[in-house]
Amino acid sequence: MNSIVADNLTKKFGSFTSVDSVSFSVKQGEIFGFLGANGAGKSTTIKMLCGLLEPTSGDAAVGGYSIKKEADKVKTVIGYMSQRFSLYNDLTVGENINFFGGVYGLYGNSLKERREWILDIANLRGKENTLTGSLPGGVKQRLALGTAVIHRPEIVFLDEPTSGVDPVSRRSFWELIHSLSEEGTTVFVTTHYLEEAEFCSNIILIDAGRLIAEGNSKFLKSNYITNKIFEIRSPGLIELLDSAKKLPFVEDVSIFGNSIHLMVTSEIEEADDLKNRLESITGIKLTGIEVIPPSLEDVFIHLLEGKK
Amino acid sequence: MNIKRVKAIAKKELKHVLRDKVLLLLLLIFPAFLISFFGYAINFDVQNIKLSVYDADKSSLSREFTEGLTASEYFDLSVYMLSSEEADSVLEHKEAAAAIVIPEGFNADIRNGKNTGVQILIDGVDANTANIIKNYLEGYVNVFNTQAMKDITALKGIELKVPLNYSPVFWYNPDLSTTYFLVPGLISMILLITGVISVSLTFVKEKEKSTIDQINVSPVTNGELITGKILPYIALSLIDAVIVVVLGYILFDAVVQGSYLQLFLSTLVFLMSCISLGLFVSVIADSQQVAFTVGTFITLLPSFILSGFIFQIESMPKFIQIITNITPAKFYNVILRAIYIRGVGWENFWPQIVYLLIFSGIFLFLSVKITQKKRAL
Repeated sequence: MNSIVADNLTKKFGSFTSVDSVSFSVKQGEIFGFLGANGAGKSTTIKMLCGLLEPTSGDAAVGGYSIKKEADKVKTVIGYMSQRFSLYNDLTVGENINFFGGVYGLYGNSLKERREWILDIANLRGKENTLTGSLPGGVKQRLALGTAVIHRPEIVFLDEPTSGVDPVSRRSFWELIHSLSEEGTTVFVTTHYLEEAEFCSNIILIDAGRLIAEGNSKFLKSNYITNKIFEIRSPGLIELLDSAKKLPFVEDVSIFGNSIHLMVTSEIEEADDLKNRLESITGIKLTGIEVIPPSLEDVFIHLLEGKK
Repeated sequence: MNIKRVKAIAKKELKHVLRDKVLLLLLLIFPAFLISFFGYAINFDVQNIKLSVYDADKSSLSREFTEGLTASEYFDLSVYMLSSEEADSVLEHKEAAAAIVIPEGFNADIRNGKNTGVQILIDGVDANTANIIKNYLEGYVNVFNTQAMKDITALKGIELKVPLNYSPVFWYNPDLSTTYFLVPGLISMILLITGVISVSLTFVKEKEKSTIDQINVSPVTNGELITGKILPYIALSLIDAVIVVVLGYILFDAVVQGSYLQLFLSTLVFLMSCISLGLFVSVIADSQQVAFTVGTFITLLPSFILSGFIFQIESMPKFIQIITNITPAKFYNVILRAIYIRGVGWENFWPQIVYLLIFSGIFLFLSVKITQKKRAL
């Protein structure tokens, strides 16, 4: 069963097309990753799916309701959490929970039960009277997720939920997302941390408002990358990067920490062959070279560079 | 409209207000400050005017003339001049606001039925005060003339009857007290400023912190959001109004002559127009700073200058008179003065109530339209 079906969703701001005929579908209970660079149209798409913005053309069914004609009904089946953790900093933890509970019509025992649940997942038991503004980012993030799903929505939209949060908190946040998905909640998440995209069961990538790749991470890696990728170490990394860009047998090259990833054309198969060619042409000594399996980052860099 | 959701929003908003001690204090101290400030500093009542006199006649009648003046609460004798030439320097050095020179032979001329003159010099720098002094003196001279005529004819054994007896009584504000006139005007000014600014700030703050998105994705409707958010501010504005009424009574003896119920209901109508104006500001402004600036500009200036609070609208040029219609405070001032000072009812100010309702309607409509347009863009 599909939770979200987008059909040629388009949004124009004047003459600028932010989202251009994007179509995809999201199955119930899956974690769906929505990736793209800043300004690619991620937030605009999410805002349309949540009923915050009207599409210029096209439509989408969210939880079975049309975002164009039944925006009111859409709002009853979704939860939304933005990267800015829209909590009231001058209210206490308990007051924030009660407020969002009240907004979704929860009261009495059902509110109490959800409040306990949120306090548990955010590790805030006994801290109901703490001002939300004084909480650390990771805790705030979990509280924001808790309040976003206080009414047990079928679908939850997370707009870059992990930006600005430390790696440990990010990991435990993803565990929380998994447990939501296991309970049957559809999770639609945007992120620009590509290692997080590996946790998603399905991924789409958009660039300049257009959908350019779709599938799970394994499919993306095998389908879009056919040539070999080498990880290379060298004392003259930057010069190597610059000269390698101009070589005919190099497709993509980009820097990854203290190494560079180099995608070659199909004529090169062996590491030694590549090493000899590079050293003889550039005169720069390589200290290490090995074939590596492509990461999602390699896939996206390849796709985005390939377009240019 | 779902009452539970409205309640949740109102409760949350009230917590914001109660937690922001600075804002709360400001909202409560502001009216007290304004009423003291305006009540004591802006006073158009002219009393204890400094008067200097040169009496060249030194007769019992000339003394009677000056004593009659200085005995009233309007004039105080400040300088007793020794020559008529001193008048110049007395006025120049602000030792007196008016100088009176009584010529030699004043007494004798009057007794003999001859015409005589008294020279009166008034400092005309402050035109308003000068005008009032002129009027006081004119009245005094009239009274003096009548009395003198009566005395002279009485000596001849004839009783003089004055054909037209002129003794005006001021209704509604018998003492012609400025403060009494200002207190109702202050209520409208305070409510307009606090209403528009606090309402626009509370909505823009949600936009700025993007918490509005969280509410927009929920089933809360615009009507519920607006109602819930403004309820605490309506309560606060009403408290402000009560503070002004009570302080007006304690400090300046300003008593509400009309019905408190009508005062309350028409205040609610006025608050509606303030709130719709505040909403409009919050729709066009994207930061608290802009909202505050715009809010102050469109409320403070018009409610001070164009509302008839201090400056009479009837005496403005026609063009400016038309412009005065942009401020709801003008209409509320008419209502307030009707209830407060004249003690009259609905039949005297229903057109103003209708105007305020139309005003609220227009700005609510504009706010909704602009919001929809922003959503669809």
